[in-house]
Amino acid sequence: MGTTTPMRFRQAIVNALADEMRADSTVMLFGEDVAEAEGPFKTSEGLLTEFGPLRIRDTPISEMGFTGAAVGAAIMGMKPVVEIMFMEFLGVALDQLVTEAAKMRYLSNGMLSVPMVVRASVGSGLGFGCQHSQTLENWVAATPGLKVVCPSDAQAAYSLMRASIQDPDPVMILEPRILYAERGDVDTSLALPIGKARVLRKGSDITVVALGQMVNVARNAIEKSGLDVELIDLATVVPWDRETVLASVKKTGRLVVVEEAPKSGGWGSEIVAAATSELFSQLKGAPFRITTPDVPVPYSGVLEARFVPTADDVARQLTESLKSGTTPKSWWELEGLK
Amino acid sequence: MSAELKRRKAVQEDVVAQYERMIEIREFEEQINGLFASGSIRGTTHLCLGQEALAVGLASVLRPTDIVSATYRGHGIALALGLSPEAVLGEIMGKTIGCCGGVGGSMHLSNMELGLLPTSAIIGGGMPVAAGAALSFQVRKTDDVAVAVFGDGATNIGAFHETLNLASIWNLPVVFICDNNVYGEYSRINLTTPLEDLHMRADSYKMPHFSLDGMEIAAVQKGITEAVNRARSGGGPTLIEAKTYRFAGHSRADQALYRPEGELEKWQKRDPIKLTEQSLVASGALNAEKIAKIKSDMKVTIEKVVATCQASPEPSLASMFQNIFTPAKAGR
Ligand SMILES: Cc1ncc(C[n+]2csc(CCOP(=O)(O)OP(=O)(O)O)c2C)c(N)n1
Ligand SMILES: [Mg+2]
Repeated sequence: MGTTTPMRFRQAIVNALADEMRADSTVMLFGEDVAEAEGPFKTSEGLLTEFGPLRIRDTPISEMGFTGAAVGAAIMGMKPVVEIMFMEFLGVALDQLVTEAAKMRYLSNGMLSVPMVVRASVGSGLGFGCQHSQTLENWVAATPGLKVVCPSDAQAAYSLMRASIQDPDPVMILEPRILYAERGDVDTSLALPIGKARVLRKGSDITVVALGQMVNVARNAIEKSGLDVELIDLATVVPWDRETVLASVKKTGRLVVVEEAPKSGGWGSEIVAAATSELFSQLKGAPFRITTPDVPVPYSGVLEARFVPTADDVARQLTESLKSGTTPKSWWELEGLK
Repeated sequence: MSAELKRRKAVQEDVVAQYERMIEIREFEEQINGLFASGSIRGTTHLCLGQEALAVGLASVLRPTDIVSATYRGHGIALALGLSPEAVLGEIMGKTIGCCGGVGGSMHLSNMELGLLPTSAIIGGGMPVAAGAALSFQVRKTDDVAVAVFGDGATNIGAFHETLNLASIWNLPVVFICDNNVYGEYSRINLTTPLEDLHMRADSYKMPHFSLDGMEIAAVQKGITEAVNRARSGGGPTLIEAKTYRFAGHSRADQALYRPEGELEKWQKRDPIKLTEQSLVASGALNAEKIAKIKSDMKVTIEKVVATCQASPEPSLASMFQNIFTPAKAGR
C-alpha cells in the first residue's frame, strides 16, 4: 500500500482529473463554469492553468448540446468528462446519455465504444429545495450500457473517478454534494475497480449496505447501536457487486439497505430482491430498506433534516429489527404520516 | 379584494406606488443579503438588485389574470406582482408564513391569484409552461396573456428555441422577456453566446422582437405594453430583450470578482431607482424629503417583516407529505 495524503473530497476529484489528464492527452473536461471559475463546487481547481483551454472548456447553458458533444468526441477516440452541476439538469440532456451514448456499442454491432464520463452533484441536506437536492440514481440505473458509480469518501472519489475515466464505456458518477468539503486520507496508488463494493467494517450481526452520503450516516448509526454490523459501501450501483454483498448476507443472515432515494423505485429494492430470492433459506430475518419518504425534498431545514435517514433513526431500526425479528416502521409511519 | 390584489392594484395605478415597490424590492434584497451573510438563512439565494424596474414595470402593465412564469431570481417579480414581503421572506426562511408554507424556498415562489406560476430553478423550465398557459387562453378565447421571464443564459438552452418556434407557428398570446443582465452565473454573455443582442434570435422564428432599456421603468412599461397588446389582440408572441445588469453576484456565495473593472460602477450610474427618482422629481410627484421618508419608512417596514417571519412557526412534519397528488374528489 502506498502513502496517504489528507485532502477534501472535491480535491480528490480535482487530483483524479489532473492525474488522468497527465497520463492521457485525450482526456478533457467541459461544463458550465468549470474552466475560468474552476467549477461551481471547485472541482476543477487549477485545471485550466495546467491543461489549457483546448482541453478544459466552459460551455453555454446547453446540457443536451455538450453532453451529446461528449458522445461524439468519445466515439472518435477522446475521453471527455462532462460536468452536470446538479443532477436535475441532466433532465434536459438525458437522451444523449441513456438513449444515444448507452446504445452506441449495441447499435454499431460492437464497432464503437463511448469512453465518456458524466459527473453530477447529487443529494439533499444543503437547503437547495426540491429541484436541486435529489439523488436520482434511479434515472440512470435502469439503462443497460451505462455504468453508475457513487463515491462516499475522498478515497472513493479519487479512485472511482480514475477508474471511470479509464473505462471504455459511458460511466455516470454521482457526487454527493454534501461531501465536497469533507476530508479524508487518499492513497493515490489504490485502485477501486468499478463494480466492486467496499467492506468498510467487518461484523456478524447484520449486513448494512449504503451508498454515497448514507455511508457516513450508516457508520454513525452502527457506532450508536453498539451492534456488530458489517458495513458495505456499494460504490457502484450498476453493475453492483453481488458477490461481496451476498457473501456478507450469507454470513450475517440479515440485510438492511440505507438509501437516500425515495422509498419507491430505489436501488436498494434490487439488493433486497436479490438477497431474498437467492438466500431465502439462510436469512434470519426479512431484509428491509431505510429510505426517504415518497415526497419531494422539502426546503425547510427542520423538515430536510428529518426527511433523510439520520444516524439515530438507522440505529433505532437496526436495534429493533435484531430484538424483535420484525421489520421496523419508518419514522413517518411512527408519526402516522403518509 | 385580498391584500395581495390591493398591492397589485397599487402598482398598476400610481407612479409613486411603483417607485415605492422598487424601494421595497431593493430594501428586501439588501436584508436578504445580510441574513444569508450572517448565516441566519441556509441554502442559497439569487438577488435581483439592479433589476427592480423590470419587475415593477412588468407588474404594472399586466392584469392579475395574466400568467407569469419566472425563475429562481424571482423575489423582485413576486413582490412586484403583489406577493406580500412576509410571503416571500417567510418562504426564503422556510417558515409556515411563506407562500409555499416553507417547503419551496427562495427559488420557488408562487401565487395563482396574482398569476405567478411557481418559479423554476431549471434553466428554461418555465418557458414551455408559459406557452402552454397561452395555449389555454387561445383555445378558450380569453384575452389574457402569458409572460415568460428568463435570463440571457437561458437563450442557449433547447427549451428557449423549441418554445419560440412553437409559439410562433401556433401564434400564441405569449410574451417572452429575456432579462439580459450580462451574466449567466460566472460567465459574461460574450463568452457563451455569439451575439449580445439576444432579441435577434427571434428572427429565425419570424417573431417580432426588440430590446428595451431595462433600467428605465417607463421604457419597460412601453415595450411590454406593446407586446402584451399584440398578444391580447391575436397578434401572437414577441421576444423582448430587457437590457439590465446584475448588481450582486450570481448567488449567495459569489463575490463576482470576474467582472471587468468599472463595469458595475458604469451600470450603477444608471441605477433604476435613481432614474425613477429623477423622473418623479422632475414631474413634481416627489421631492428629496418625500424620497428620504419613503426610504426610511421602508427600512422600518422590512425590519418588521423580518421579525414577523422569524417569529413564524416552522412547518410541521406533515407538510412535506402534502400537495404531492390532487386529493380524490368526494363521491368519486
Ligand atoms: C438546466 C440548467 N442548467 C444549469 C443550471 C444552473 N444555473 C442556475 S442559474 C444559471 C445561470 C443562468 O443565467 P441567466 O439565464 O442569464 O439568468 P440569471 O441568473 O442571470 O438571472 C445556471 C447556469 C440550471 N439551473 N438549470
Ligand atoms: Mg443573466
